[in-house]
Amino acid sequence: MKRWSRQTTRSAINGYAFISPWLVGLALFTIYPIIASLYYSFTRYDIVREPRWIGLENYVTLATQDLIFRRVMGNTIYLVAVGVPAGIVVAYLLALLLNNEMKLRPMFRTIFFLPALVPAVAAAEVWRWVLNAQWGLINAWVKARGWPVIPFLSSEGWAKNTLILIHCWAQGQAMMVFLASLQDVPRSLYDAAEVDGANRLQRFWYVTVPMTTPAMLFLVITHLIGMFQYFTMGWLLTSGGPNFSTEFFSIYLYRNAFEYFKMGYASALSWVLFLIIMLFTVVTFRSSERWVYYGGS
Amino acid sequence: MTNTAVAMTAEALQAKRHARLARVAGRMLLYVTVITLSFAFALPLLWMFVTALKDDPDVFRLPPVWIPRPIRWQNFAEALTIIPFGMHLLNTLKIAVPVVIGTVLSCSLVAYGFARIDFPGRTFLFFVCLATMMLPFQVRMIPLYIRFSVMGWLNSYRPLIVPAFFGGAYPIFLLRQFFMTIPQELSDAARIDGCSELMIFWRIVLPLAKPSLAVVGLFTFMGSWDNYLGPLIYLNDAKLYPLSVALRGFQSEFWEEHLWQYMMAASATTIAPVIVIFYVAQRTLVEGITVTGIKG
Repeated sequence: MKRWSRQTTRSAINGYAFISPWLVGLALFTIYPIIASLYYSFTRYDIVREPRWIGLENYVTLATQDLIFRRVMGNTIYLVAVGVPAGIVVAYLLALLLNNEMKLRPMFRTIFFLPALVPAVAAAEVWRWVLNAQWGLINAWVKARGWPVIPFLSSEGWAKNTLILIHCWAQGQAMMVFLASLQDVPRSLYDAAEVDGANRLQRFWYVTVPMTTPAMLFLVITHLIGMFQYFTMGWLLTSGGPNFSTEFFSIYLYRNAFEYFKMGYASALSWVLFLIIMLFTVVTFRSSERWVYYGGS
Repeated sequence: MTNTAVAMTAEALQAKRHARLARVAGRMLLYVTVITLSFAFALPLLWMFVTALKDDPDVFRLPPVWIPRPIRWQNFAEALTIIPFGMHLLNTLKIAVPVVIGTVLSCSLVAYGFARIDFPGRTFLFFVCLATMMLPFQVRMIPLYIRFSVMGWLNSYRPLIVPAFFGGAYPIFLLRQFFMTIPQELSDAARIDGCSELMIFWRIVLPLAKPSLAVVGLFTFMGSWDNYLGPLIYLNDAKLYPLSVALRGFQSEFWEEHLWQYMMAASATTIAPVIVIFYVAQRTLVEGITVTGIKG
């Protein structure tokens, strides 16, 4: 235990002075909203009239009566279960590809990274045009072969997968993280494995993969958190349709809050979302002790 | 004796040739894969650009036309005057510039506190700071909306700008990682010379951390440029819309008129600044992305 000296007092004053903007922000824009939203979640509140306490009713409705919410949960779980691994695998494969010595590597890297830079609204318009059923680039090609048109955004079966595909297209950031992680793997490890007679596949599996697990953990967690909150691209391209097949958690929440003005119900939804995200983050962190390898450093 | 030697060299030569062949084949495969994938990834953006330059009938011609004839550069000028593009661009900047200033200022102060001053409760508070990243915006969205509405802040940029002056978990984390790498001896020497913490921050740490400040500034700018949900909630008046929300509005206008070349021209114009920023600051940005991912 350190002795409380004048030095400590001074650094305490300095320290708190420096972080004070964040502390104020924490109180105003994080702690206050958390408490308020918990309170609203136990009320019926349409903004016009004062919130009315109804206890657990919102949560009970959510769990037992709201049939759309059931679909929403199914959609969101599908999006997370397929979209997160798909995005990470695409990013990893692209990084592996770019990790090879080749001519024009910076150019290829830029091309793969570019989609991540495109603002969501512009990306949505571009994809709407590319995927258009009548004149879209892909369907023009499909039709020229006499195949049936692919209803990318207008069929229940396709819509979710189309959105996941677009998500995979914009994995530039994750790819960069993997690429940096791959380039940090010491050459000596590969040499040692080669001396021990490991073939390419074995070197990949026993050297490359373990050494890149810290980056994987970082990306799995950020992607889980992001995917549960998936909103903009879905809202712009399909707005929940067709027939609620892309009604994801955040879209349904937004609709309840700002279209139906059910602020209490939407607050209950936001708390459920928060708890789900916490659960998944904690479980992923816990599991990481088993699969994440922290090398020498 | 000589015979076996000859046979052995022949065998070795053959093996060598095989290895070289395999390597050449491997290279070929690599290039074919990279080039094919590059085309697939670039295709939507290429198609956007090509469409933006097309004359009306070319847009809907099948099979698709890749080289527009004539090339209509004036599509850009026309698209951007039919819609009040300049006004929305100005709106975007009116939000993004203060947000960048606020974020860089507040986050660098806070990150300095977390990185360079050893005060009681630091570890715990930094943990809290990281934990807030898990909190979905959706939880804060409703109470903040209600509060801002009571304060009469709706339909103004204040709900989008003011919070930026109170730090954000991600940029604080990123800057802290950078500040940690600056040698402590520099601060110690300055302290002996009687410098206050604020002077050390301003005169020593900030000048050394310019690249990281640029990273945070650029990320924040791009995030603000891209932000859709915030303006969608807080703004009702179409005259106040930034580009992100406005572009969505043009969509219905252009779509119904079948003016896809204009839609693509407007989209391309929205994308251009972000690409220019990336091109100019590529090195710094890549470093920023990877530092948080790896050393986190």
